[in-house]
Amino acid sequence: MDSYQEIIFKLKKYWSDRGCIIQEPYDLEVGAGTMTPETFLRVLGPKPYRVAYVQPSRRPADGRYGENPNRLYKHMQLQVILKPSPADVIDQYLGSLTAIGIDLKKHDIKFEEDNWESPTLGAWGVGWQVMLDGLEITQFTYFQQCGGIDLDLVPAELTYGLERLTAFLQLKDSVYDIEWAPGVSYREVRFADELQFSVYNFEMADVGMLWKLFELHEGEAGRLLKLFDPKSEDKARFPLLPTYEHVLKCSHLFNTLDARGAISVTERVAVIGRVRKLAVGVAQAWMAQQGAAELVEAGQ
Amino acid sequence: MSLPFLLEIGTEEIPDWMIEGALDFLRNLFLEAVGGEIKVDVDATPRRLVLRATGLMERQPDMVQKVSGPAVTAPEAAVAGFARKQGVKPAELEKQDGKYVVMKRVAGRTTKEILAETLPGIIGKIYFPKTMYWTAKNGLRFIRPIRWIVALLGDEVVPVEIAGVRSGSATAGHRVLGAPKIVVKIADYEQKLRENFVILPAVGRTQRIVSVVGQVQDEGLLKTLVYLTEYPSVISGSFDAEYLKLPAEVLVTVMKHHQKYFAVYENGKLTNRFLAVTNTDGDPDGLIRRGNERVLRARFNDAQFFWETDQKKKLADRVADLEHVTFQAKLGSYLEKTKRIEALTAELGGDAAAVRAAHLSKADLTTEMVKEFTELQGVVGGLYAREQGEPEEVWTAIYDHYKPVSMEDSIPRTRAGQLVSIADKLDTLRGCFGIGLIPTGSKDPFALRRAAQGIVKILVEGKLRLPVRKLLSGDANLEEFFLDRIRYYFKDIRGFKYDEINAILASGWDDLVDVEERLLAIQAVRPTENFEPLAASFKRIQNILKQAQFAGNGGTIDATLLEPGPEQDLYQEFQNVRGRLANLPYQPALETIASLRPQVDLFFDKVLVNAQDPKVRANRLTLLYTLLAEFSTIADFSEIVTHT
Repeated sequence: MDSYQEIIFKLKKYWSDRGCIIQEPYDLEVGAGTMTPETFLRVLGPKPYRVAYVQPSRRPADGRYGENPNRLYKHMQLQVILKPSPADVIDQYLGSLTAIGIDLKKHDIKFEEDNWESPTLGAWGVGWQVMLDGLEITQFTYFQQCGGIDLDLVPAELTYGLERLTAFLQLKDSVYDIEWAPGVSYREVRFADELQFSVYNFEMADVGMLWKLFELHEGEAGRLLKLFDPKSEDKARFPLLPTYEHVLKCSHLFNTLDARGAISVTERVAVIGRVRKLAVGVAQAWMAQQGAAELVEAGQ
Repeated sequence: MSLPFLLEIGTEEIPDWMIEGALDFLRNLFLEAVGGEIKVDVDATPRRLVLRATGLMERQPDMVQKVSGPAVTAPEAAVAGFARKQGVKPAELEKQDGKYVVMKRVAGRTTKEILAETLPGIIGKIYFPKTMYWTAKNGLRFIRPIRWIVALLGDEVVPVEIAGVRSGSATAGHRVLGAPKIVVKIADYEQKLRENFVILPAVGRTQRIVSVVGQVQDEGLLKTLVYLTEYPSVISGSFDAEYLKLPAEVLVTVMKHHQKYFAVYENGKLTNRFLAVTNTDGDPDGLIRRGNERVLRARFNDAQFFWETDQKKKLADRVADLEHVTFQAKLGSYLEKTKRIEALTAELGGDAAAVRAAHLSKADLTTEMVKEFTELQGVVGGLYAREQGEPEEVWTAIYDHYKPVSMEDSIPRTRAGQLVSIADKLDTLRGCFGIGLIPTGSKDPFALRRAAQGIVKILVEGKLRLPVRKLLSGDANLEEFFLDRIRYYFKDIRGFKYDEINAILASGWDDLVDVEERLLAIQAVRPTENFEPLAASFKRIQNILKQAQFAGNGGTIDATLLEPGPEQDLYQEFQNVRGRLANLPYQPALETIASLRPQVDLFFDKVLVNAQDPKVRANRLTLLYTLLAEFSTIADFSEIVTHT
């Protein structure tokens, strides 16, 4: 029986063998692997790209103080981007399951319609949730739009829920009981994290301070976007990636405020709109920067 | 010679609920493009849309085409030029209508050519509610990527290329159990698929499921599973009987909606077993059963957790929290909506229990259970209310108040439930119309059509005589919208004829129970011999009045001006009928009115309405006007479409 980390090694190796760069997790709080620049920005434009990485994904509202066997404040996704998606993408995906020891002939795999949409990112795609013996183990999406922009090359995005997958393989009813490394449980590694962040997000986070931070990051991202000049000869130097980090900060702060119960449903839509405006702005600027950025890269 | 044809569009998994619609399009588009005396069958699995046809001609018949040239008077050189261009000698030219013509024989095109040309268009035109592109921004849009195409006419491949995929004779078997590439002929196609764990006909897959599951109450779930699988097998699993302490509604929702399992009942009671349909050849090692049982256990654990957490705060104490749940930005919170529903319920005549139910109706929106299982809103509130000791009259009204959720669904079981349901829906309708959120085309985010239809259904089937127009508070847009829903209900759901509905509604629709009674009456009287001719006469009367621009003018009939004979006869019969009508139920009343027909016919036959004497003329118009007005209170006969 493979440990959690062994399963991650095998998946990374599998996708590495299929031409993916193996990236390391993005070092900022994100709600999903999709939000990191490796997906959000790289799927834009006509340049092919293949990448796989584990992304710790924080969803403050999903925290359960470490008490619920299936719900986590922070869970790990294995995010795979194949741009453009190869014709045999589903076979490749099924191959990855075989690689971690799932005998497909003995299990039930179904692809059930599940379209993905992120209002905060102005992004959507169509696809499936992949069900293994009744358990959703992967979200499979063909991206169509990102930052409000139609994509030149349609990427396939595979998002594996690593804890669920491991619990399935290790026959565990609770993610806390899965074996992270030989002799070490997920509980030992992550329980304190789940408990303390639940307490903070639900009970102690200072709402006023969170709003202030939100506005600071929003202000900075907005300020930078206004300064970006698509006609500038120097545009390759422009710090769009740092701008995007401020957008990501906004998104996470929004999620925390939401978990804290500080955002009414009416406000929700408006705040999502504010974050989307920034995300879409970055995506458009990024497109404008691409040609110039490639020239600079090639020159170095 | 006639040929068979096979088209298989091999795709990645198509959403189950779109498949049958796509097949209809495929069949119709093909018939339109190919036509002729052919037989067409369509079938599908999640990974293939298949069309099989027989009786296609190998080629179209040859045709003779006429090419016109210069006039017979044209110079010889021009005639010679025309002949040369057409490849004939000048002597072979024929003359027709003063022109030289050539009759050319054009060989009929082969069906293979025609198909090669039309298939890409047919495939591209299949309608799906949501499509994607995958080759390039302006590339083909389809439901999911097309990965292979089999196109065979007889033994030959019809060459087409769609989204970069070239047609051939190779299909694919089941993703896991079958071969990825299988060369087929039309004759062995279905059999080869079968050998590779694909049961092509939906009926075959249905059969495999039903043979184990037995009689299925849930046709929708069955169809979903038929189109989610290529080789369905049924496995039986169980769960800890301890979970049966949770309400059956919750357990069934988890099993059916979230896991797509059939719940198992014994003597009408839910058991701790379930049936899951897999896309495999059985489950010899029990691995699939074990996996599904584990998933279900986790789901039930969640539900139990929600149930226990939610009980810590009573529904009554949750009402205040609705202040933080927005109903609609401009229409305020659910707390405000709750207050409006309460007031409306009372206004509609609801008793204390109904008002109490209205007060608690939305409180379950703050529960964990409803946040997780939104489809159980109302039901969860009802169950919690029962648990918390609310009287039956109250909890059932909460439980039912979203009903009817569709036109097939039943209405709330009690008067209290019906009133709360109407109050809730009416409040949504008034509010949304008030701020201009009026549904257009397919856009109806607040499901206002369903809400209005729900009210109509409850009023009619609950025999509730509430004044509809007053309920709509005089909003002209809302009245028009509501009338459409009333028409829809009586026509599409109840099957009344549209002209009968128009006739009845034209005479008033303030009381829908009364509308239904009048409709039933007119439906019964319609086939009798006097009815349609009389309707035709009423239309004639209306036209005469319209032409004369006569609107009653407050006049009364002056009996002394009536001419003896048909005019007086009509007047007498009119008074006679009017007298007999008093207190008659609708059907005999209509029959009585219809009995006027001979006198009306005779009147039009013998009497000139446009008499010379203006007084006589005005009196005749008054007679007709009065007749029409007095006999149109049940139905406006002029709306009846007659064939006489």
